Amino acid sequence: MSDGMIEFRKEFFADERDDTLNEIGKPTRRQDILGHVTGRSPFYDDHLFQGLLHMRCARSPHHAARIRRIDTSEAERTPGVVRVLIGRDVPLNLNTLLSLLDFGIDDEPVLATDRVRYRGEPVAAVVADSEATARAAAAKVRVEWEVLPHVLDVEEAIRPGAPVVLDIYPGNRFIYHGKYDHQKLRYGDVEAALRAADHVVEGRYQMSPIEQAPIETCGAIAAPETNDRFVCYSSTQALFFSLATSSKLLRLPSSRLHFIGGTVGGGFGGKVDSIHEPLAILGAMLTGRPCKYMWDREEEMQVGAPRGAERWYISDGVMRDGRIVARKFVGYFDSGAYTRLSSYAIIKAVGHLPGPYTIPNVSADVSCVYTNRTPATAMRGFGITGVDFAIEAHMDKVAEVVGMNPIDFRILNAYRDGDMKAHRRSAKNCALIECCQVVAEKAGVQLSNAARTASSRQGGGGDRGRLPAHTALDQSGRVEGFDTGSYARKAGQRPATQHQVPAPVAARASPATQAASVQSRPRVEETRVAPSASQTTQQPAPPQQHPAPPSAPPRSGPIRFSSLSGFRRR
Amino acid sequence: MTPAVETYATLAEAARAMASGDGVYLAGGTLLMRAVNAGEVPRRIIRTTDRTLREIAPVGDAVRIGAGVTMVELLQNRELAFLHAAARQVGGPQIRAMGTVGGNLFAPHPYGDLAVALLALGARVVMAGQAGARPLADLLRDRARTGLVAAIECPRPRDARSFGFLKVSRVHPRGASVVSIGAHLPREGGRIRGARIAFGAMGAAPLQASAAERALEGQALDAAAIARAGAVAAQGIDPPSDSLASSWYRREVSGVHLRRLLESMERG
Amino acid sequence: MAKKPVTFTLNGTERAAFADPGQNLLDLLRRGVGDLTPKYGCAQGGCGACTVLIDGAPHLSCLVLGETVEGRAVETAAGLSGAALHPLQEAFMVHFAAQCGYCTPGMLMAAKALLDQTPKPTREEVEEAISGNLCRCTGYEPIIAAILSVANGSVRA
Repeated sequence: MSDGMIEFRKEFFADERDDTLNEIGKPTRRQDILGHVTGRSPFYDDHLFQGLLHMRCARSPHHAARIRRIDTSEAERTPGVVRVLIGRDVPLNLNTLLSLLDFGIDDEPVLATDRVRYRGEPVAAVVADSEATARAAAAKVRVEWEVLPHVLDVEEAIRPGAPVVLDIYPGNRFIYHGKYDHQKLRYGDVEAALRAADHVVEGRYQMSPIEQAPIETCGAIAAPETNDRFVCYSSTQALFFSLATSSKLLRLPSSRLHFIGGTVGGGFGGKVDSIHEPLAILGAMLTGRPCKYMWDREEEMQVGAPRGAERWYISDGVMRDGRIVARKFVGYFDSGAYTRLSSYAIIKAVGHLPGPYTIPNVSADVSCVYTNRTPATAMRGFGITGVDFAIEAHMDKVAEVVGMNPIDFRILNAYRDGDMKAHRRSAKNCALIECCQVVAEKAGVQLSNAARTASSRQGGGGDRGRLPAHTALDQSGRVEGFDTGSYARKAGQRPATQHQVPAPVAARASPATQAASVQSRPRVEETRVAPSASQTTQQPAPPQQHPAPPSAPPRSGPIRFSSLSGFRRR
Repeated sequence: MTPAVETYATLAEAARAMASGDGVYLAGGTLLMRAVNAGEVPRRIIRTTDRTLREIAPVGDAVRIGAGVTMVELLQNRELAFLHAAARQVGGPQIRAMGTVGGNLFAPHPYGDLAVALLALGARVVMAGQAGARPLADLLRDRARTGLVAAIECPRPRDARSFGFLKVSRVHPRGASVVSIGAHLPREGGRIRGARIAFGAMGAAPLQASAAERALEGQALDAAAIARAGAVAAQGIDPPSDSLASSWYRREVSGVHLRRLLESMERG
Repeated sequence: MAKKPVTFTLNGTERAAFADPGQNLLDLLRRGVGDLTPKYGCAQGGCGACTVLIDGAPHLSCLVLGETVEGRAVETAAGLSGAALHPLQEAFMVHFAAQCGYCTPGMLMAAKALLDQTPKPTREEVEEAISGNLCRCTGYEPIIAAILSVANGSVRA
């Protein structure tokens, strides 16, 4: 490897580092490179099976529709077709990915039975003796649709009267902590600080969904083994996640599943959704033969979950000298039709705000919004990348307003060791200032004397290291009576039964029953953050906590990762 | 669901097999096999191993190019140097090793860059089993009609500098066309006589920019004429929208790119 | 519909297989012959992961009708190395020119097609030669460096 590709600036923080590293800074060989250059690395599709069957899904041509009837008879009669699976063939046909981390409510069927919520949603899976036969037969699955209104834009989706994507989230927003229709961050008093600022700079930033587009399309091959187990070769990036998801949906103990993976033909986050493994294994279970479920390129692009679109509104309060004194975010993540990982992406995003800058007053309301688009999932730094684009574009805009060059402006506002961050952790090992200085040098940008001599280790802490004396709280977006399912339940508070999902509205529901079902939905407070002084300066009582039982017996069911849902006591 | 593959020794036999109308001809495979892989399988796939399809020979002022000549073969032929700029822009090395001149005439939007150059040069198409040749423009207007292209007769530009080709794409060195342009501007006594401007990716098939042709006809290729041609470039054209560019964008930029091409031709 | 017997040489060895009607060469090589080195990426001619050489020229095996390789010479990444690795393989190892490795066999074959024709290519010629092959791990620079290092005769840059 040419050394010119990486430049080490060892003069920075030299005293903090024990420079006796043997590997870092030197070229090394990947352990899997010999397999790659000889073409012998075993990707999931590089396993040959006698009698392999091929699976292909029949999919919704509509963004939203009710399914009146699924007729698989013609597909089943096609020569070479071994089996056609529909929703009732799936032992547990409802899942949310993060249920394994006890976060969120099951919302997504493996194969849709009564409704589809995005174009390309699978309704049946044809298993045939060749890929071509499976493809041709999937086209013969007849579905009687009742097309429903759909919504494809996050802000349209949260307007009153918008089509409801998922009945369990009637406001088309994920419910955080069982209490709010968005994830909140409150640090200091943003509204007061905005009023006191010399300038208020606003911006709106939008990014589109991005397909990970691995060269190897997602898929899995499953086959019965001779020891009452099923082997599953998968492209998954999350082998044990996929194993546990398959175990859950197929109601099989995980000891009966033998997963082999780890050789992934490009993932970038797009191969964590565990879509293929349960269906491939089910195909093998129901036919007794090896079964491959592999997306073609068009499916990969159309129904492969992308990095979700994000829309951000940022308002900065800035002083004439360039100090940012307030930053307010309103963000909307487009989760698409189901939750997948978007709820979690937002928790990451909000933990990241306001970016690597020390700002004494920060607030954020970030919603995970359901629309009739392809569900979104992970991709390289998801939750962070989109908002960083927004933040850094906004930094340039604010720098222009105060007449500073953008690098000076960043150094002035950069966090320094000992500063308090908005998520109430002390900043340490900061290096943004040093990075900016190198960038300025490379780009030939003349820095001010103050910026040139600044250091991440100087000027931090002290007042900057203390929590704000006063943090303005509010109850905007409070949701009452929401059945949070299992994730927000304190350990042992309730028995670990399966969450009761509202019964889907029956097909051909009369207007009367539809109205009844609307009334039975949890009530969502539609209060919005109003930019009025009264609401933000008053300090309402902290939100009512449901009392947790003093001693919680160990709870059966999935492992809790409580830091994810924000319950860890600090 | 599974096609019958019929391989014939001669072009004439293949043409007879095509006459029944339910067959699709397989040349380089870059279009047909893509469809087959996607499940759009014809009842019959017809092909021929006839070597005459791969011949390149001068015919008077024109060059007769067998329909089965690949882009790579075209690029290796010095007689066809005037087409090299266009042929080099077709696909990547693999596509150029496979894709044929005849097949390029049938490439759907936004493909078919070589056909744009051929259209601008006033090429004619020789159909198998038919005497004479007909204008390529006719074939491009109705590509669905069955028939088998035997060869393309492309007039050789008298002055190499009178022909220019430009492909605009977002990905380099290989990307599909936002727009591609072929311009043939033969000059007599400093005036353009018989101007032909062809656009690719501006319609379902390559087409002529008649308004721009009229703006240049009889003019000297100077700044004023170039500006007029650029201004009317998209007149009467309704370009398609796709993932590369919207119809509006194509209409807006096609004149700009035409102007740039003409300016580079003016400079020589 | 009847399968068709196809006889061809694969990496110098005569092979025979039965092609299904309409079956592409990629599938024929992988399922019919068991050479798993060409990869499926798109079956549309867009990615180059299935690149093989036919009579020395790079082809997208997904767009080649299987039975049409009758009597022809097919080369895949499986034939690159014998007792020793091909210099391109060595160079790809040294230059870290593979991350996930999925595009690598096709990339190697595209590079081999170039170097067989043009032993001393320019950087532009290398870029052009691999322009039909996508690497989504964004590893083009190390790949170009690896190919150029073989052309320079110094595998190590």
